[in-house]
Amino acid sequence: MASDPDQDPYGDPDRRPGARRLSWRSLWRLRSYLRPYVRVLIVSWVAAFLGIAAGTVIPLVGKEIIDGPVRHGDLGALLPLGLLALGLGIAEAVLTFVRRWSQIGAVLGLETALRDDLYGQLQRLPMSFHGEWQSGQLLSRATTDLSTIRRFLGFGVLFLVMNVIQLTAVIIVLLRMYWPLGLLVTASAVPIVAISLRFEKRYIGISRQVQDQQGDLATLVEESAVGIRTIKAFGRRRHLYETFDDTARKIHGTSLAKVRLASRFFTFLEVVPNVTLAMVLLLGALAVAHGSLTIGTLVAFTTLVLQLVWPVASLGYILAMGQEAMTSADRVIEVLDTVPEITGGTRVIEEPRGHLRFEGVEFRFPGGDRPVLRDVWLDVAPGETVAIVGATGSGKTTLTALVPRLCDVTAGRVTIDGHDVRDLSLPALRSVVATAFEEPTLFSMSVRENLTLGHRHATDDDIREALEIAQATFAYDLPWGLDTRIGEQGMSLSGGQRQRLALARAVLGKPRILVLDDTLSALDVETEALVEEALRRVLADATGLVVAHRASTVLLADRVALLRDGTITHIGRHPDLLSGVPEYRALLAQDADLDPEQAVR
Amino acid sequence: MTGTTADKTTGATAGEATDRWRGVAAEDKEHIPETVSLLLRTRSRRLLGDLLRPHRKAIGVLTAVIVVSNAAGLALPYLVKTGIDSGIPPMTHGRGAGTLLTIVAAIVAAALTQAVTRQAFLQLSGRIGQDILLELRRRVFNHFQRLSLSFHEKYTSGRVIARLTSDVEAIAELLDSGFDGLVTAVLTLFGTAAMLLVLDVHLGLVALLPLPVLLLFTRWFRRQSSAAYRRTRETVALVIVHFVESMTGIRAVQAFRREPRNQEIFEKLNADYRDANTRGSRLVAIFMPGIKLIGNVTVAIVLLYGGWLAVRGTVTVGVLAAFLLYLRQFYEPMQEISQFYNALQSAGAALEKLSGVLEEQPDVAEPRRPATLARPRGALRFDAVEFAYAGGPPVLPRLDLEIPSGQTVAVVGTTGAGKTTLAKLISRFYDPVTGRVLLDGLDLRDLDETTLRRHVVMVTQENFLFTGTIADNIRFGRPEASMAAVAEAAEAIGAHEFVATLPDGYQTQVGKRGGRMSAGQRQLVAFARAFLADPAVLILDEATSSLDVPSERLVQRALRTILADRTAIIIAHRLSTVEIAERVLVMEGGRVVEDGPPEHLITRSGRFARLHQAWLDSLA
Repeated sequence: MASDPDQDPYGDPDRRPGARRLSWRSLWRLRSYLRPYVRVLIVSWVAAFLGIAAGTVIPLVGKEIIDGPVRHGDLGALLPLGLLALGLGIAEAVLTFVRRWSQIGAVLGLETALRDDLYGQLQRLPMSFHGEWQSGQLLSRATTDLSTIRRFLGFGVLFLVMNVIQLTAVIIVLLRMYWPLGLLVTASAVPIVAISLRFEKRYIGISRQVQDQQGDLATLVEESAVGIRTIKAFGRRRHLYETFDDTARKIHGTSLAKVRLASRFFTFLEVVPNVTLAMVLLLGALAVAHGSLTIGTLVAFTTLVLQLVWPVASLGYILAMGQEAMTSADRVIEVLDTVPEITGGTRVIEEPRGHLRFEGVEFRFPGGDRPVLRDVWLDVAPGETVAIVGATGSGKTTLTALVPRLCDVTAGRVTIDGHDVRDLSLPALRSVVATAFEEPTLFSMSVRENLTLGHRHATDDDIREALEIAQATFAYDLPWGLDTRIGEQGMSLSGGQRQRLALARAVLGKPRILVLDDTLSALDVETEALVEEALRRVLADATGLVVAHRASTVLLADRVALLRDGTITHIGRHPDLLSGVPEYRALLAQDADLDPEQAVR
Repeated sequence: MTGTTADKTTGATAGEATDRWRGVAAEDKEHIPETVSLLLRTRSRRLLGDLLRPHRKAIGVLTAVIVVSNAAGLALPYLVKTGIDSGIPPMTHGRGAGTLLTIVAAIVAAALTQAVTRQAFLQLSGRIGQDILLELRRRVFNHFQRLSLSFHEKYTSGRVIARLTSDVEAIAELLDSGFDGLVTAVLTLFGTAAMLLVLDVHLGLVALLPLPVLLLFTRWFRRQSSAAYRRTRETVALVIVHFVESMTGIRAVQAFRREPRNQEIFEKLNADYRDANTRGSRLVAIFMPGIKLIGNVTVAIVLLYGGWLAVRGTVTVGVLAAFLLYLRQFYEPMQEISQFYNALQSAGAALEKLSGVLEEQPDVAEPRRPATLARPRGALRFDAVEFAYAGGPPVLPRLDLEIPSGQTVAVVGTTGAGKTTLAKLISRFYDPVTGRVLLDGLDLRDLDETTLRRHVVMVTQENFLFTGTIADNIRFGRPEASMAAVAEAAEAIGAHEFVATLPDGYQTQVGKRGGRMSAGQRQLVAFARAFLADPAVLILDEATSSLDVPSERLVQRALRTILADRTAIIIAHRLSTVEIAERVLVMEGGRVVEDGPPEHLITRSGRFARLHQAWLDSLA
């Protein structure tokens, strides 16, 4: 794979998370999230059962009314039976209400707690994990999958059980009322169940296909939005539209197939009960004529037949829901079960001096055949600054990521003041080391919050000092000063402004070890010079590890390490390397071999 | 560049000019004045009408089919009644089952009719729905692509994606299930009411007594759930934004120990979402049993009053049975309505936003009658150009500038001096507020997009690579180019070397957003892309900033040959790029403060000389 370790040190995006195994196990494991709600759930299930009972009895009361008072002209018996029907009707509604209302807290509580845990887990997982997973994939787990689980555990399971019970209850009632007709109705349920199950299988298949195609379309849309400048710059709107249209048509075609499938199924679902109804009427009427069936029973039969349609038909739907919930649970559990490879130790350095050492460090990506870094030895004395210079792909960024343990070494060790960084607690380590990245990440919150990410209790003076060092005092001139909201949801800043804020964030709180990963690339020459001047002051006290592309940045450092093919080939002072190492000169001396007459002098 | 923070702008009060709410202005606003929301609804409805119009005939057929289908469905209980009342008595009197058989046959016929028409309805409405979705997708996508860069700079890519995915899907959902549900519910409502009255006026009227309660109850639910649903959407959006931002910025989150505070914020947002969801669910928990209650009470009343009438012999047992069946048919779909409202609600919100996007007009409009430009020479002229970003202070106060064809011009100056604005005006990402930008004497506004983009190409520091192979990406500006031409372009720019080391060479997939290549490599591909497009005017805006020194040197050597026969504007922070320029413009505050060949400017004691000295120093 053509992965460039310098840019993407956190794993091969092509490696997809493990294969799916469908089982109840993952779903079952989530039950602990329902534990706080056991009582409420019992109430809701009891209400559900009683509700079914009431619903099933109402038609029987109808039967009694027809066979009793109506047939015998007995007005006196009508009122109690009618009131019974009324009472049962009200009871059914109230019980349904109790079931729904009591469930809400449990079901949403489960979803919310699970989402909190998922988020917490994701924050703990190291960069190697995040490098493999698109944030979109993670998002769909935190939203769609959790809703699927919530729906199934909240309603699916309940309906599954309830429907089976209702089905059994009604069939028993029917068989006891008049067994030949009962048998007929039971038989009519068989094809519905069979076809439902088959239909759901095909329906899920085709739905997945639509989903995949929608995913393709979303990717296209994303590219068209993010790459809008390039598209416009080359006037390639139409070309892109055609690609989009192709995919949109595919969705159109698949969706139509889905519609056809569904229409056939739902039609079938209505035909069978109606034909059954006709048969019940025919045979029932014959039975009534022969006196083996009362007319009230016949009426009750017709109502109960219709009452069966939903529980029977929904079985397939609910089972499909269950399958989806299982898949979702697997996907969620997969994340929750990932053991963070990088967990903190227990040690805390009381008074860090900032002595940074790389001892025989090797780093390779999981499954990578050649190491990105190998046999790296580097000793940065407290207060010293070392610049890392190397061609694209030599492993510079990876080297810097090892210090705050955004990645872990695969052999050797990195130490601070003699402690292996893996023995330190993560908060302790990361408060000793501050990093400014090449691509500055700012969050949708105020400038102040962005700056004080690692130091929530920084004073205004601390902030001012950091902003001054980073030449980022423009922040005071924003519409709401330091309280101006920036980031994706807020005010947009230029690349240079963002870099300077990210730098200010790193220097805030005077970390013992400062890691700068080509932090100044987007600054213009004048600003860069000012920032460097200020950085020099900061780096005078702190230990510094600075990735540099330009000679000017190298000058911040006391010594320079030349990184080549993942290992340090030369360490020395800038002038010495410049004169003694041709490769170094080629990397840094801008005008080393330009034609004299072309160069501006 | 200006921007406003979303949370600091307060919603406008009623009575303000409706123009303020044009286009996408109302998006994400929590409080919208009544007049405006009316305006938005009208706009949505117009779009809907627009989408439905081509399907008028099909919708006519659809209506006929659904009426037949419902009529057949409504006939069933009536036939059952006839069966009980007229089919059974002859048999009890020993006179054959002829009537009964006829009725049963009629029931089967009605059931089959209903089945056939229903299937036809589902398929036809599905087809119309999918056609509408396809049209909507095409329209919105195309419109987004037509809108100017100024729009896209305000409207983040995330929102574009949301419009074209979740919003379109919300409408799909409604078309999928909601439409069917609504039509059936309405037809059943009227059909059943009519049948009940036909069967028996007295019992029918009594059975319909709870109807007003039902309607009022439904209206109450609709209003409440409307608000609740909106709140749910808002809260979930915040959860998603925070989630995505934390995950994409996870490196900074971990490096700066942000996790505990993030967890706090997330749990708060998540709890808000739960509360909003709770409110919505509680409404449903009231509504569904409420409908059931009304239905059951009606059944009980029918049993009582109907039983009484039956005892008195005014109604038959069959009528009573038919009433029970009709009431079941009537109240069952009413419960589904709560789901339909949610679908309607989100589709409504989606339609509102989509119609807003479609209402936006590109700032940079296509000319009505485009001028022709057969052989461009690449001469550029700024004629009294003034420019300001919408509502902002002037960026270019007044600029007159002539760049003869074939000249290589370097533009230098501090951040915010107006360099990039200059480039954007030449590539017509923006139009000047006053004055003209001319290419070979023609106003850029008179050139059609294809011509302009063919001849003017800009390379910036953000180099977007599309999914596909490296060759596809180099070919992006000229899809018909041969493989040899692609390789030649790559070679000329110095990209060939790294491409050759890749396992599949030019056929290597670049991965999502070019993620598998370094910034420098992406940059080289972008250069090759621009070179292959062979424009008359090439603009390089900070295009070499992410290259390391050896690559930059290669590119610069290549640029000398590449730029020889075309006009070039090079914008750079670093002066190394300036070396190849014949002319340097130093900009400050939107004005050109120095202009001349670099060797002249160096000797003077102006800004350029100072910049140059600083640069020389930086080389140590």
